[in-house]
Amino acid sequence: MAERQVSYAPTEELDLIRSTAREFLEDRVGIPVVRELMMSETGFDRSLWKELADLGWTGLTIDEAHGGAGYGFVELSVLLEEMGRAVTPGPFLASAVMATEAIKAAATPTQQAELLPGLASGETIATLAVWERPRGWALDDVATIAAPADSAWVLSGRKRFVLDGHLADLLIVAARLPEGEVGLFVVDAGAEGVSITQAPALDPTRRLADVVLDGVAAELLGDGPGAAGLAHALRLGLVALANEEVGGAQRCLEMSVEHAKTRYQFGRPIGSFQAIKHRCAEMLVRVEQARSAAYYAARVTDDPEELEIAAPLAAALCSEAYLWVAGENIQVHGGIGFTWEHDAHLYFKRAKASTLLFGDPRHHRRRLGDALGL
Amino acid sequence: MSDTERVDALVDRLLSEHSFDDPQAFWGAQYDLGLAWVWFPEGFGGLGLARGLQARINRRLDEAGAPTWNRRVNILGIGMGAAVIAAHGTDEQKRRWLRPMFTTEEIWCQLFSEPGAGSDLAGLATRAVRDGDEWVVTGQKVWTTLAHIAKWGMLVTRTDPDVPKHRGLTYFVVDMQAPGVEVRPLYQITGEAEFNEVFFDEVRIPDDQRLDEVGAGWRVAMTTLMNERVAIGGDTVPRGSGSIAEAVRVWKESGSEDPVLRDELVRLWAEWEAFRLTAARASEMAKAGTPGPEGSTGKLVWADLNKRITSFTVELMGMEGALYPGGYRLVRPEGRDEMPPQKAFLRARANSIEGGTSEIMMNIIGERVLGLPPEPRTDKDVPWKEVPRG
Repeated sequence: MAERQVSYAPTEELDLIRSTAREFLEDRVGIPVVRELMMSETGFDRSLWKELADLGWTGLTIDEAHGGAGYGFVELSVLLEEMGRAVTPGPFLASAVMATEAIKAAATPTQQAELLPGLASGETIATLAVWERPRGWALDDVATIAAPADSAWVLSGRKRFVLDGHLADLLIVAARLPEGEVGLFVVDAGAEGVSITQAPALDPTRRLADVVLDGVAAELLGDGPGAAGLAHALRLGLVALANEEVGGAQRCLEMSVEHAKTRYQFGRPIGSFQAIKHRCAEMLVRVEQARSAAYYAARVTDDPEELEIAAPLAAALCSEAYLWVAGENIQVHGGIGFTWEHDAHLYFKRAKASTLLFGDPRHHRRRLGDALGL
Repeated sequence: MSDTERVDALVDRLLSEHSFDDPQAFWGAQYDLGLAWVWFPEGFGGLGLARGLQARINRRLDEAGAPTWNRRVNILGIGMGAAVIAAHGTDEQKRRWLRPMFTTEEIWCQLFSEPGAGSDLAGLATRAVRDGDEWVVTGQKVWTTLAHIAKWGMLVTRTDPDVPKHRGLTYFVVDMQAPGVEVRPLYQITGEAEFNEVFFDEVRIPDDQRLDEVGAGWRVAMTTLMNERVAIGGDTVPRGSGSIAEAVRVWKESGSEDPVLRDELVRLWAEWEAFRLTAARASEMAKAGTPGPEGSTGKLVWADLNKRITSFTVELMGMEGALYPGGYRLVRPEGRDEMPPQKAFLRARANSIEGGTSEIMMNIIGERVLGLPPEPRTDKDVPWKEVPRG
């Protein structure tokens, strides 16, 4: 249990990323835009994606040699926190985090040079296709078969709950090698035998798709089994999601406090009643606890052993905190909070879906218990 | 010579010229060199330097194996009383009280809470009535740590019942051996008496033991409580230490693999770790001069978690958790008694009450951090004697 000393003090660089992100998202992806996208067929706007790419966001953690900005995970986590705060729709988590990190962790240098520039520039959208069963978060549950064919591979199976799969140009697919180990493969989403169907999502700001692979030609990432790289990328995904959740939870707290100050009942602002005041205080407490876990995890991503503790820790705490805070936000708002018109439900839906994407809190605690030897 | 070099040289001198065998003499020498509270004025245990240098002095003394447990033995005096005397006392009062406080020759206690004034401390009712050069005090205080061995008590009294509650208070230092002071042990749910009740029956206090002006008692009390929060507020502790360590120990000893129990244990471990990380983050932000809301959450989270963890630890023990080793003995705790999980469980109930109840902490977060409006008050601008009590 070698905990790490890390620094939380914001640097000029981080402050700049945060203020730029907030300004851009408020200006360009405000709630009216979010609402329009969430009711659209794909939930996506390619011109907006292009703008994100031009800001350098899609290549934030990709090496400069591959056309990225060469930043680390701490910088990325600030961006994610701001996007969570704005419930920004689109495939950022799928493409710029999950698929990108999987390629960085598992692909050969040649493959990276081939794949990463397109992701960095935003021209290519990729996603990670791992899960097949509703509670099958463990890699043991990967049943998709990879069969050798000449110098390449052929994949068969059905992937479910693929983040923004309907938007992807490239699929990074986990499949079982003949020896039984899990390998990571890159699949062209337009290839023969691939069929992708969007599934209606609880959180309409983040879509999920079904991907059927029927004898699809694929290229193995790396020189052999990719389970270790995949596991690392999934842990980074947990950290990314946790930081996004902190941003969303913070926004819910702010909405509640604002409402509690301005909503009058019984001749007083409702925030003067302890029933509401204490609820808001507890929301702050939960947000700050979650923030500590998320920030810590983002600062130890280069330490695989410590990340085995920090990632599930952040995932378990942040997803539960966000869901609780987003729910309390509805309660503080009363009837208006239950309406479609009010924004509270955007956060509540994002929060609930986020507790289920890469493992639920119990799953994360099981992993944390394993890492701690409990 | 820089301040740091000056302090280092004085520490060297203290360490080389004074034996550790007689701690009180050592502490006296430390006081005389200005190394007791380095930010206090010269002649009063300090050198008028930056407060931050004290940590350096303490660390060096600890590393040298010098006695430093006076701070623990006389925690209320050295941790809080000294700052109050330094801020509000006369030079004569500082001369009289600070040195024997630091050497532990005179132990101090704090007489604030009353049976009728807990969260609403400013509503306290212990009366002090002026009689020439003396004050006559009658009333009752409660939850007084160390009262039974203390020489001096920091006492807040009501001197003017005709003005609103915060304005009618006056702060005294009372001789705990004076006639009319009675100290009784207050047995708590663990069967031990960590605390006391203190009764005052026409106790006479000379006016020169008053701190600051008549009617300024609330201000002086606030200085005391601010230093209490500094004293409690966090040193960063290692991962997995504290009450969660005991839970983990009991879990491992039990050999259980019950997934339900394990999930609960890991949940508590995770929350405790987040609390610890928050303390580290708060401490870094505070040192950088940019404290954020994270710093206000510690006491609240700690109290809640400590209660849940100690309760869960007893549950992990199964039926053995229903035993109480040693029984309820109705004694004063002796030094560092070991704390079986069952006793820790009972003791933890106080965590959300002592040093500010969790409800008051949430009011503070709600109003001072989040800026929510205060509860309308019925006692505002009302003379204290007209405020309902019960």
